[in-house]
Amino acid sequence: MVIFSVYVVNKAGGLIYQYDNYVPRAEAEKTFSYPLDLVLKHHDEKVIVSFGQRDGIRVGHAVLSINGADVLGKNTAEGKDILEYLKDSSNYPVSIRFGRARLSSNEKLMLASMFHSLFAIGSQLSPDVGSSGIEMLETDVFKLHCFQTLTGIKFIVLADPRQSGIDALLRKIYENYSDFALKNPFYSLEMPIRCELFDQNLKGSLEIAEKAGNFGAGS
Amino acid sequence: MSRQSNRTTDSKKMNSELFTLTYGALVTQLCKDYENDEEVNKQLDKMGYNIGVRLIEDFLARSSIGRCQDFRETADVIAKVAFKMYLGTTPSVSNWSPAGDEFSLILENNPLVDFVELPDNHSMLVYSNLLCGVLRGALEMVQMAVDVKFAQDTLRGDNVTEIRMKFIKRIEENLPAGDE
Repeated sequence: MVIFSVYVVNKAGGLIYQYDNYVPRAEAEKTFSYPLDLVLKHHDEKVIVSFGQRDGIRVGHAVLSINGADVLGKNTAEGKDILEYLKDSSNYPVSIRFGRARLSSNEKLMLASMFHSLFAIGSQLSPDVGSSGIEMLETDVFKLHCFQTLTGIKFIVLADPRQSGIDALLRKIYENYSDFALKNPFYSLEMPIRCELFDQNLKGSLEIAEKAGNFGAGS
Repeated sequence: MSRQSNRTTDSKKMNSELFTLTYGALVTQLCKDYENDEEVNKQLDKMGYNIGVRLIEDFLARSSIGRCQDFRETADVIAKVAFKMYLGTTPSVSNWSPAGDEFSLILENNPLVDFVELPDNHSMLVYSNLLCGVLRGALEMVQMAVDVKFAQDTLRGDNVTEIRMKFIKRIEENLPAGDE
């Protein structure tokens, strides 16, 4: 039972804080000999597997590193284009690590803004007046919980679908925000939160929530 | 003065005299810097505003109070919950205007002015103007524009301290989704 990540979105829809607590590291590193039996292609500044599946490497996985050196987008660490590099048989045998591509911070910013706009749909679609925005989004891999304060700040938590006590966790994160971010006079409202104490206390709250599975009163 | 909290972390008690002294030092320094009572009043209001916009989140996080549906509810929450939580005193709500958009908070005791006497050369100084700014800032963050001022002040010879609050309008820009 895990909590994957926490996002905090300000009134205007901008992401002001993001923390990844647990990122499933479904990675596979294998040594390959020429020719490569996986079909790779360029996608969104990354190189991903478009066809071919073996030993934990799946379609959609991105190339994370070659021979131990992390790749930079479409190029190897030395700056050579990855697909060119892998077509050259003299470079083999080569060890490639595949895995789920991590979201870059720009992508996270964009997704947070999108969620902010989508959040309003919840109340607009409502048959009756006075509905809140989207409070929960469920997929088969995770559940997204959202809590909007009366002042317009949104706290978003992505957790395991079976994790309970997220409501209380969201309120606890709100308390942490009002303490360690707002009471810090050097933190300006609506700006990205760069407060160490907030980070520490947030991690603490997440640990408690994960262990207890339920953030009850008195904890 | 203790810090109310519904967490099991240590509840910090601070000497209220230290608070009175701190506030007093602040006001006297402002008087020295600006030398003009009106200007000091304005600065106190500004400072109070900055406190208010942050204090409201702390208040909402700790009290879990929902959105007030009308100004009367707002008045009750301010008097019975907020003032009690932060200053330890519960003012009474009275003098409602016929339209229901103005009311008075009557404070029996104001912790900010323990031991304070206003000298003659500062007759225009509204010593506790910080409180007006705090109320204004806090309500603005929950989309309510209000005008707050002191109608009576024990420091200036009145019997009670009276804060007059007037509802101006609901702030429609940047309403959080779901509150239209």
